[in-house]
Amino acid sequence: MTDIIIHCAVALLFPPLLLGVIGKTKAAFAGRVGAPYLQPYYDLIKLFRKGSVFSETTTWVFRAGPVITLSATLIAALLIPLGRHAAVISFSGDLILFAYLFGLSRFFTTIAALDTGSSFEGMGAAREVTFSCLAEPTLFFSLITLARMSRSLTLSNILTHPTPAIWLASGASMLLLVGALFITLLAENSRIPFDDPNTHLELTMIHEVMVLDHSGPAFGIILYGAALKLFVLGAVFVNIALPIATGNPLIDWAIFILAMLVLAVTIGTVESVMARLRLVRIPQLLVGATILSAFALMLVLR
Amino acid sequence: MFSAVDPTIYLLAAATLMALSGVPGLALNRPAWGQHLAAFLVVVAAFMGEYAAVALLTGSPGVTYQVDWPLPFGPALLSADLLSVIFLMPLFLVAGCVSVYSVAYWPAHKHASAGKLTLFLGIFAASMVIVVMARNSVLFIMAWEIMALSAYFLLTSEQQNPDVQRVGIVYLFATHTGSMALFAMFSLLREATGTFAFPLSHSLSLPVTVAAVVIITALIGFGGKAGLMPLHYWLPGAHANAPSHVSAMMSGVMLKMGIYGILRTLSFFVGVPAWVGWLILLLGAWSAINGIAMAAGQRDLKRLLACSSIENIGIIFIGIGLALVGVQLHAPYLVVCGLFGAFIHIINHGLFKSLLFLGSGVLIHATGTREIDRMGGLARRMPITSPLFLIGSLAICGLPPLNGFVGELFLYVGAISDGIIAPLPLAALVAPVLALVGGLAVMTFVKLYGIIFLGAPRSDAAAHGHEATATMTAPMFLLATGCLAAGMVPVLLVRLVSPVVAFYGDVAAPALARITSRVPIVPLTIVNILLVVLVAVIGAAYLLRLRRLPRAQGSTWGCAYPVPTPRMQYTGTSFSEMMVNLLGAIVATNRRRPTLATAFPAAGTRFSYTLTETVLDRILTPVFAGVGLAFSYLRRVQHGQLHIYVLYIFATLCVLIIWPH
Repeated sequence: MTDIIIHCAVALLFPPLLLGVIGKTKAAFAGRVGAPYLQPYYDLIKLFRKGSVFSETTTWVFRAGPVITLSATLIAALLIPLGRHAAVISFSGDLILFAYLFGLSRFFTTIAALDTGSSFEGMGAAREVTFSCLAEPTLFFSLITLARMSRSLTLSNILTHPTPAIWLASGASMLLLVGALFITLLAENSRIPFDDPNTHLELTMIHEVMVLDHSGPAFGIILYGAALKLFVLGAVFVNIALPIATGNPLIDWAIFILAMLVLAVTIGTVESVMARLRLVRIPQLLVGATILSAFALMLVLR
Repeated sequence: MFSAVDPTIYLLAAATLMALSGVPGLALNRPAWGQHLAAFLVVVAAFMGEYAAVALLTGSPGVTYQVDWPLPFGPALLSADLLSVIFLMPLFLVAGCVSVYSVAYWPAHKHASAGKLTLFLGIFAASMVIVVMARNSVLFIMAWEIMALSAYFLLTSEQQNPDVQRVGIVYLFATHTGSMALFAMFSLLREATGTFAFPLSHSLSLPVTVAAVVIITALIGFGGKAGLMPLHYWLPGAHANAPSHVSAMMSGVMLKMGIYGILRTLSFFVGVPAWVGWLILLLGAWSAINGIAMAAGQRDLKRLLACSSIENIGIIFIGIGLALVGVQLHAPYLVVCGLFGAFIHIINHGLFKSLLFLGSGVLIHATGTREIDRMGGLARRMPITSPLFLIGSLAICGLPPLNGFVGELFLYVGAISDGIIAPLPLAALVAPVLALVGGLAVMTFVKLYGIIFLGAPRSDAAAHGHEATATMTAPMFLLATGCLAAGMVPVLLVRLVSPVVAFYGDVAAPALARITSRVPIVPLTIVNILLVVLVAVIGAAYLLRLRRLPRAQGSTWGCAYPVPTPRMQYTGTSFSEMMVNLLGAIVATNRRRPTLATAFPAAGTRFSYTLTETVLDRILTPVFAGVGLAFSYLRRVQHGQLHIYVLYIFATLCVLIIWPH
């Protein structure tokens, strides 16, 4: 019961801090002081108090988009195990639902973008759906590999299964998986090298350009949803990359939080030392990640 | 409870009623009355048919009817088993919806062809009932040909249009090639069994080569009708140019007859050769990926839906392939999950594809075009069709909480279970393939829905589009409710299909229960409800918050450009351009670029962009142009003089009489 409460509290309250840490890391690399760690929370509070501007071309779809996207992401957050504890909702076959909830949220994010009739948002939507097509098989190759290792169809078993012993036994496969999943994590969350969340040119953006016309509370919902998605996919990554379980629930939670913060610093570092890829190169990297994950599956067949 | 009257007789009565439904209209001098009467009769037949289907599913034994006709092919046998039922359920539902819809969509006072269309629609539906009930190959072929030909007359309703004439010819060619393969197949079966009656299930064991020929001819004949690649070439054109309610029937029901044929043929064998499962799995995966890749680039609303039918047929074949591979590998989880996936998808595709085709009819009525790049902003003008179309789009992408997800869930569980258990998990590769197909489907239907219904109208016609009448929206509403109910409470679908899986896959009840317990059917309902509750709560909170805060209207942000026009919007073509380029190996495009002399194109400069159909445009058309040239020499014996033709017949007869000696 305590674990369920902690799970919900961490999933609801923690995600914006990741954005704050990423921002701070990037500022440190650039030699600036940067915005405070809690800046994303202030932004959210401010946005929920702001008025909204709606384009005349928009319909109810524009308003429903962020709401449905956030709802689907919230459910995904309940399906994954955090900090070596079983998920709040867990059943056989939940990994497929997990993947498809992101499909649902993508559908609504992109049609909300198209609802504005802006060509920039059309571009963003087209890129989003195109790139995620290529990222999807990677996720499933990784899930099959992990399912085979843990002999289970339940996310809670699959993601808490990796242990130091497994890392030692099939390290190559795990390394490939971690690599492929990290690429997918960056692509799905529109981070550098796929997309620059801080860019100022609409022509080159992916996620940010889709939400150009959202304002006020709706934009707050979108920002929060994006942070939550980063948190959820980050947690999947951390579960596999950091196979440490002490057996003490509270220490496990602390390790998990710490690992998530390290992940945020890593993402910030990647964003500071890398440039954005040209748009035409992105599919190549995504297909590369798919092949890495296919290799991982092949290596566990022995 | 159903034992009083045999359900099979209801099916035969329903078929008769549907076949005759269009006849009074031909005699009445008020064609509109005939159309209304026909719709009424088909709806009555649909209720009778669904009643019989439910009766058969709940265990009422079907009776075999035997008609001793004077033809030398053995008695005509008719019966309905559980395999027939799974195809009859969507058939009757879609036929009922379509006939109600047709009254307003193709009204007799506007179209002179309405009487003919109504007549053939009834015959078409009835012939398909007989197809799934025939247990004698000659009767089967007869019903099959009536189905194929009535479909031809339906799809060439606008016969004065040259496009329609062309696709009509292509369709006739395709269906007759298929029929030829079926003649060969049934002749071989007749040789093997000595009778035209269908062999009992799992009774036939043929020599390896004969079995191979039977299965290959079945795949050509039935697979061509189903739209399996590479025999799909007739499908996009035929579905696009037929009246929309006919497209709904063809795509939602007729394609499935091909699947029925393959399933029925395979059921004859004691043991299906090992390679068949892999072949079907491969063909299914190929059709799924190529079908949706072709759909992604389309600009024509109905052509896009037609290509996505190829994808869905591919998914159904993936399910069948998994089941066959499972039999071969002694993996009951593959058999059960594959069959569940295939059967559930057969029902689901009947629901959402018919819904989308009926929706496309409404759009064509409203805008007078099938080009999605000339639509836009229709959600405001069509407040009923727009959400119904959205439900269909979400369902066809296989997204929760709609019904499309349920069928795919079974396939995924089967594939990933294989990944866990099998020493060499080749069948597990189905999962990434389905994921890729699902991603492409999201892209395609985001484009379809977004470009048609959202944004600003791209043409005058779209700006003045209008909502359809209740007789057109009510059938769509029914189908959308089906999608929603089956998706929210998937237990409904699973209970419907379980007896059929047990029957066709020969699975014992405990094994069935053990394997389905791995598939999250009940938890899915809980998550679906949770999703709806969350959307309601967050949505309500958001709307309440909006009320308290200041709100303003403005134009869409255009990088500070103050006078945007609707023509600046992204079009469907630009939306899919990036993906179409990535898929260059699968989808070929034909671009005509103008040469530009100055920085600005001169007036009248045009850029054209068309997708080419690989099999039809690149292979069949050139080959047949060559064949046509070669045959021009034969033209000399084709001069149209009747008495010489009679001479030919006489000469042929003489040869045939002399030949045996």
